[in-house]
Amino acid sequence: MFEILDKKELAPHIKWIRVNAPLVARTAKAGQFIVFRLHERGERVPLTLFKWNKEEGYIELVFQEVGKTTYELGTYEPGDKIMDIVGPLGRATEIENFGNAVVVSGGVGAPIGYAVSKALKDAGNKLTIISGFRSKEFVILEDEFKKISDELLITTDDGSYVRKGFTTDVLKEYLEAGNKVDYVFTVGPVIMMKLIADITKEYGIKTYASLNPIMVDGTGMCGACRVTVGGEIKFACVDGPDFDAHLVDFNELMYRLKEYKEEEKEAMERYLKGGA
Amino acid sequence: MGKQIKKQRIKVPEQDPNARIHNFNEVALGYTWDLAIEEASRCLQCPYNYAPCIKGCPVSVNIPGFIKKILDKDIKGALEVIHTTNALPGITGRVCPQEEQCEMNCVMGKLGDKINIGKLERFVADKAREMGIYADIPQVEKKGKKVAIVGSGPSGLTAAADLAKMGYDVTMFEALHEAGGVLIYGIPEFRLPKDIVRYEVKFLKMLGVNVETNVVIGKTYTLYELLDEYDAVYLGTGAGTPKFLNIPGVNLNGIYSANEFLTRINLMKAYKFPEYDTPIKKGKKLAVIGAGNVAMDAARSALRIGYEEVYIIYRRTREYMTAREEEIHHAEEEGVKFMFLVSPIEFIGDENGHVRVIKLIMNELGEPDSSGRRRPVPIPGTEFGLEVDAVVFAIGQRPNKILYQEVPELKTTKWGTLIVDEKHRTPMKGVFAGGDAVRGEATVVLAMGDGKRAAKAIDEYLSGEEWPEEIKQKNFW
Ligand SMILES: Cc1cc2nc3c(=O)[nH]c(=O)nc-3n(C[C@H](O)[C@H](O)[C@H](O)COP(=O)(O)OP(=O)(O)OC[C@H]3O[C@@H](n4cnc5c(N)ncnc54)[C@H](O)[C@@H]3O)c2cc1C
Ligand SMILES: Cc1cc2nc3c(=O)[nH]c(=O)nc-3n(C[C@H](O)[C@H](O)[C@H](O)COP(=O)(O)OP(=O)(O)OC[C@H]3O[C@@H](n4cnc5c(N)ncnc54)[C@H](O)[C@@H]3O)c2cc1C
Ligand code: SF4
Ligand code: SF4
Ligand code: FES
Repeated sequence: MFEILDKKELAPHIKWIRVNAPLVARTAKAGQFIVFRLHERGERVPLTLFKWNKEEGYIELVFQEVGKTTYELGTYEPGDKIMDIVGPLGRATEIENFGNAVVVSGGVGAPIGYAVSKALKDAGNKLTIISGFRSKEFVILEDEFKKISDELLITTDDGSYVRKGFTTDVLKEYLEAGNKVDYVFTVGPVIMMKLIADITKEYGIKTYASLNPIMVDGTGMCGACRVTVGGEIKFACVDGPDFDAHLVDFNELMYRLKEYKEEEKEAMERYLKGGA
Repeated sequence: MGKQIKKQRIKVPEQDPNARIHNFNEVALGYTWDLAIEEASRCLQCPYNYAPCIKGCPVSVNIPGFIKKILDKDIKGALEVIHTTNALPGITGRVCPQEEQCEMNCVMGKLGDKINIGKLERFVADKAREMGIYADIPQVEKKGKKVAIVGSGPSGLTAAADLAKMGYDVTMFEALHEAGGVLIYGIPEFRLPKDIVRYEVKFLKMLGVNVETNVVIGKTYTLYELLDEYDAVYLGTGAGTPKFLNIPGVNLNGIYSANEFLTRINLMKAYKFPEYDTPIKKGKKLAVIGAGNVAMDAARSALRIGYEEVYIIYRRTREYMTAREEEIHHAEEEGVKFMFLVSPIEFIGDENGHVRVIKLIMNELGEPDSSGRRRPVPIPGTEFGLEVDAVVFAIGQRPNKILYQEVPELKTTKWGTLIVDEKHRTPMKGVFAGGDAVRGEATVVLAMGDGKRAAKAIDEYLSGEEWPEEIKQKNFW
């Protein structure tokens, strides 16, 4: 059992938790994730490692409440226990000193990209973070990002904070202004990652995307997480979750994420009625 | 005496096919005491050194020996006879391909039906479990040495039990949240109730084995770390990575590996959705590609979650199917439809990216291939479409490389299976391997046999046997 040590709400329906998980914290690396199961009837759900502390044996996660399991996790308070946590899973993001690195994140992609951003900075890169949010109330991690980046460019879809526009607009402007970029890491909604990849392809910039297909085991056993990369079938949980964004079939990933839409809705409605 | 020996097998009561396709309860209900005694009394009690049944069993269960104990109504005695070579009779009695093993050369076959050894073995295990009887736990002196077992399938379970009985401190690591390997996540409840697997894991804990779930070796700990901490390591990591055909449309929604389909249903209990949180898509027509045990399990599970028409699509003919006879028979009884000599060439989806049609092509059998089976050859111009709502791939699995992808000292064959010698030693000192990780997809009892042999080899190594300079590969298939 894995005890929740601390909890905060960062924005509406976006929560941060600190959980006791010494074995995961021991070897965690940026870009890796865990799979948790809340209780005996629970689903196995992946979440990226936000932060971790090896000495004190805890990990931190940030999640958005989107369906039954994440809403239910959102009701867990410090002292409550999660039944299963396994990890760290997936390959760590390949970090080196590329020179000028840009991390582009959208929405809850921000915390997912945090660990990679920090690792890029620690490796000596000049780091620019482009972070997009729906509107002012959803802006998270601004201070954290300021601390680790050389430059932080925040944008909101509706212009209620800093500026109006999507991350794609910001990246385009940034490149058009003549900034030299050697490496881009992108994480967030699939459509955003696809459009970012389209832009960087034109400029010939090495780009990696962190993919989030539906997963079951997270250990390479089921193939639910399969994605097409460069025409080959890859399992995101063991071969990824990061892949060369210019080779990923994003359209396929988009429809694969919708597979359980009706069932997810049914589970959520039942949960909200108190049927869980 | 002049007692007439009954020629026919005593039938095992089964759930009616029409009823059972609506539930996940076990299909074969098992013998009652009276029926078991009747079947047991048909056994000719061949002498131990001669009995062909024992020779056919990969773990050499003393079959006449335990059958005799059934006749004496001594369940504990029968269990102990079996347990000297087979720690998991409740499982093997249910899932072994007996017709190719213990029952194949049973002498009774010359006079009538062969003895139903599997069901008698199962009877002993079930009665013991109902009565709360466990085999005796030997009091042994602790050796003061530690062994790590990676993977909790039948191979790991067997190795762990044997090593614990020898006095080693054994820790078993399992990546999933529950121990049992394929026995828990793959083979369905209606064929192997999960309570039986849990009972066996409990016995293992009674033997003092430390079972650590949610630990992925290669991620949570590396193999190198295990070697620092333990005196020897056994890899029973199975062949868990599913294969897909790389044909157009293979990643459409509604196309699953058998592992995903069965894991959702068995391990995650999607058949109880939404009481359980993991969903599974339900529809009307489903096709399973392949014709082994895995394919039968997927097809029969599909019926139970509500699919109305379920097809087995196989590229060869009936006689080449690799599933156990009993499973094929049960699948037929339940209404699974078989299509032979056809191969999928493309999947066609709808506007939401969901599979709707499989394009198939007819085959004829050509020359035998390296496995001696006649190769299916497509006949041009015979393409046709089959409408479906879902497809399950059951065309085989490769070993999961999560553990050894970053361990160059371990060597693999071109099929990805680990290379070991006849004592299950890998080229890495102190590391042994067996089961599906070495054999590719094999059977429960062969995986157990490996676990047993490896436990013995580990004991010899930890008692001072030299590690060979070079590992002479043994072929286990
Ligand atoms: C490797 C990996 C890392 C992830 N890291 C994080 C993280 O750090 N923080 C976070 O908030 N989320 C993360 N996700 C997404 C998270 O796993 C899903 O949001 C979660 O599974 C939803 O479960 P649910 O039962 O609450 O909702 P469901 O009822 O399962 O789904 C509700 C909605 O979420 C969508 N959804 C379902 N699964 C996913 C998915 N895998 N990715 C995106 N959308 C999905 C569905 O389409 C649906 O619209 C990650 C996913 C992966 C694969
Ligand atoms: C659906 C299905 C039906 C079958 N039906 C039959 C049948 O009727 N009769 C029969 O004899 N055989 C049958 N088989 C085959 C049989 O189940 C296998 O041969 C047998 O389970 C192999 O045992 P194993 O111990 O080698 O591996 P597995 O049972 O595969 O167990 C391996 C375990 O290791 C774990 N693992 C893997 N990597 C790691 C890691 N790095 N760290 C920690 N843990 C890890 C896995 O999670 C898994 O639990 C069937 C197989 C399937 C899939
Ligand atoms: S272990 Fe399998 S082969 Fe051996 S006696 Fe039992 S059922 Fe038969
Ligand atoms: S071969 Fe048949 S008859 Fe002879 S001991 Fe074995 S089960 Fe009994
Ligand atoms: S989640 Fe099952 S193989 Fe990746």
